[in-house]
Amino acid sequence: MTPFTALVLRDMRLAVRVGGGALMGALFFLIVVTMMPFAVGPDLKLLARIGPAILWLGALLATLLALDRLFATDHEDGSLDLLMMGRMPLELAIAGKGVAHWLTTGLPLVMISPVLGLMLNVELKAMGVVALTLIVGTPALTFIGLIGAALSVALRRGGLLLAVLVLPLTIPVLIFGVSAANAGIVGPEPFGPPFTILCALSLMSLVVGPFAAAAALRFGLE
Amino acid sequence: MRAARLMQLAADTLTCIRGGRTVFAGLTFSVSSGEALTVIGRNGAGKSSLLRVIAGLVHLAAGSLSLTGGESEASVAEQAHYLGHQDALKGSLSVRENLAFWIDFLGGARGSLEDALAAVDLAPLAGLPAGYLSAGQRRRLSIARLVAVQRPLWLLDEPTSALDVQSQDRLAGLMRAHLKGGGMIIAATHGPIGLDAPRELQLGPTGVAQ
Repeated sequence: MTPFTALVLRDMRLAVRVGGGALMGALFFLIVVTMMPFAVGPDLKLLARIGPAILWLGALLATLLALDRLFATDHEDGSLDLLMMGRMPLELAIAGKGVAHWLTTGLPLVMISPVLGLMLNVELKAMGVVALTLIVGTPALTFIGLIGAALSVALRRGGLLLAVLVLPLTIPVLIFGVSAANAGIVGPEPFGPPFTILCALSLMSLVVGPFAAAAALRFGLE
Repeated sequence: MRAARLMQLAADTLTCIRGGRTVFAGLTFSVSSGEALTVIGRNGAGKSSLLRVIAGLVHLAAGSLSLTGGESEASVAEQAHYLGHQDALKGSLSVRENLAFWIDFLGGARGSLEDALAAVDLAPLAGLPAGYLSAGQRRRLSIARLVAVQRPLWLLDEPTSALDVQSQDRLAGLMRAHLKGGGMIIAATHGPIGLDAPRELQLGPTGVAQ
């Protein structure tokens, strides 16, 4: 087994075991989306209109939830030292942790989003569009979040700082994610341009995230 | 790696600065194949910092470190094992899963897993989650990593802490075998670690090599 797959499998295993964060993100997503109709009221038209935005915002917050422990646990138990000493470049190790995080947090969100869409009166066909934007966009959220997780690794209550650091950086993803979803559902703008920009944002963060996070870790752990 | 190739770690006027404080300066020493070096000194003298510098985990402020005779492509850190204060174990993974991960990650062979567990006397507990291990057992599982994956340089920070007398003897045996095979050991310690007449490097209270 290559070091990369070993790391991805270990992190996924940790996430689904006791104390892991795999289910927490999905549960949090569920509760946020469930609360929304109670706050907005029983206006079905309004709910259907803001449904994609609510799903996107819920996915964004749920992704952040498990991120703050991503490097902190490895830092506390000394694993991070060994990850940094390994023959695999630290950037690649971080990308591996990002992949594992997305598979255990982002992917479940995408999979339950069509069910949650029912609560928001989003049509089934429209839900397909929202799920498509989520599956393309959530990797960007994870990989941008890696930077914040790396910056706040040595802080005790890093979660709050993480949210403050990361959320502003995810604004472009949110904008193009929601606008692609809306364009796909109601139009009249074409679906293509915002969706391709969303893809571009995701691909960019896949590259930039691990490098920036590795730099932050190296700098922060001196 | 176990071949009788002569390797040497040479440290030349190392200086380490952490948090604005000079931990040590002008430290020069060398370790060759089959040699052990114990780093002694009072608390805060920089023993752990020295090991972390060699492991590449702390930035070297001045001086140079080189490992000759090893793999030319790999850095010093990549040819070293670091046994720090923390055991780098996950409580929710079993003993075997913990070790298997580090073997895979560090590029060892899976076949060495059971032997390594047996070498630290943890084979009967292989299926137990590491969270249930005692401090000494955790330490032993951490040491199993050094046995399972071959690296010429061992950096040990208080390796005998939390170990009972029997386990200390076992560790001493593993270290002797490592040295015999041409390995090198640098250990930070307060007491004897069971090696016959290792060389000593005394770090002074002011952080200057004496």
